[in-house]
Amino acid sequence: MELEKEQIQPNRPTFRTGDSVRVHLKVREGARERIQLFEGVVIRHQKGLLSERFTVRRVTHGVGVERVFLLHSPRIDKVEVIRLGKVRRARLYYLRDRIGARATRIKERGRV
Amino acid sequence: MAVRKMIMGRKVGMTQLFDPDGKAVPVTVLEVGPCYVVQRRTKQRDGYEAVQLGYLEFEERDVKHAEELRREHDQRRKTNTRTSIDTDPRGKQRRITLAALGHFTKHNVPPLRYLQEFTVAVPDDFAEGAILRADLFTAGEKVNVAGTSKGRGFAGVMKRYGFKGGKASHGSMFHRKPASGGATDAARVFPGARRPGHMGNEQVTVKGLTVVRADAEKNMLVLKGAVPGANGSLVVVTLPDRPVIERGKGKYVTFTALEKD
Repeated sequence: MELEKEQIQPNRPTFRTGDSVRVHLKVREGARERIQLFEGVVIRHQKGLLSERFTVRRVTHGVGVERVFLLHSPRIDKVEVIRLGKVRRARLYYLRDRIGARATRIKERGRV
Repeated sequence: MAVRKMIMGRKVGMTQLFDPDGKAVPVTVLEVGPCYVVQRRTKQRDGYEAVQLGYLEFEERDVKHAEELRREHDQRRKTNTRTSIDTDPRGKQRRITLAALGHFTKHNVPPLRYLQEFTVAVPDDFAEGAILRADLFTAGEKVNVAGTSKGRGFAGVMKRYGFKGGKASHGSMFHRKPASGGATDAARVFPGARRPGHMGNEQVTVKGLTVVRADAEKNMLVLKGAVPGANGSLVVVTLPDRPVIERGKGKYVTFTALEKD
């Protein structure tokens, strides 16, 4: 019975925490619809069929921004994986306390 | 209170779905029906008008067992004068009383586990023997759902009535107590005083839930919002015969408005 939610599963890429992604978001401005990009590091990824969600962190103008996305939300046009990261934990909350490019570096896990 | 439509079912569980705007909506999935209209109560015969609805067929072996008992009993009645229909000589657990079996046989429906009567606005909408399925309801309708809330046992005053309680530490010695019992002048407890006691496991009705989806093939009804009770517990979905107050908004949705859509 619960499987009825399977019907709403578009094709989304697989990625892990530590990867960098570019999220193409559909934004509605009045009648117009445009695509907004949000790029950053995945610091959290929670599974759960239709409610699978992930948090993306990026630092712009010295301010840390984190956004939570529902992976299967119809508002997300597509998700691009731009960099694979090698990390040792599932939740990268320690990145919040780090400042500067050197401190927030993540090793690569190989090619995209 | 009279109802327009009603159906019985079981709560399957909660999940979330995306609506056309792309918003995630919390929903409860119910397995409803097929329900049988077993009998009509009429003014002439019963003194009141109602529709008796049955839900959930018994398993075949329970039905067979009951029918067997019925036959054996009739057999014994022929030879013996004294016989009990209440016991199975083989000591098997009987799930259907023979009286109930007779009721179902008489009205030509399979034996059903749950029976409930409803006061219906238009009784002629429900003929005896009719089968009600999820497609009785349509998406967008506002319905009421009655279920039995989860039992909390003997609960304290903080859980049961939302009292604030006291400090956890700093030697307060007042943690989860109900505080003062009232004035000493009265020398008694006023009726309705909020005190610890049994909480939950009582009938709760949630009003004005929106039907998100109704699927008769899967016997599935999806409602926006939460429904009382544990997963697997019996729920009764009704469409009342009066405007439904939308949850938390105090807005009215009338039937005429629904029917025009």
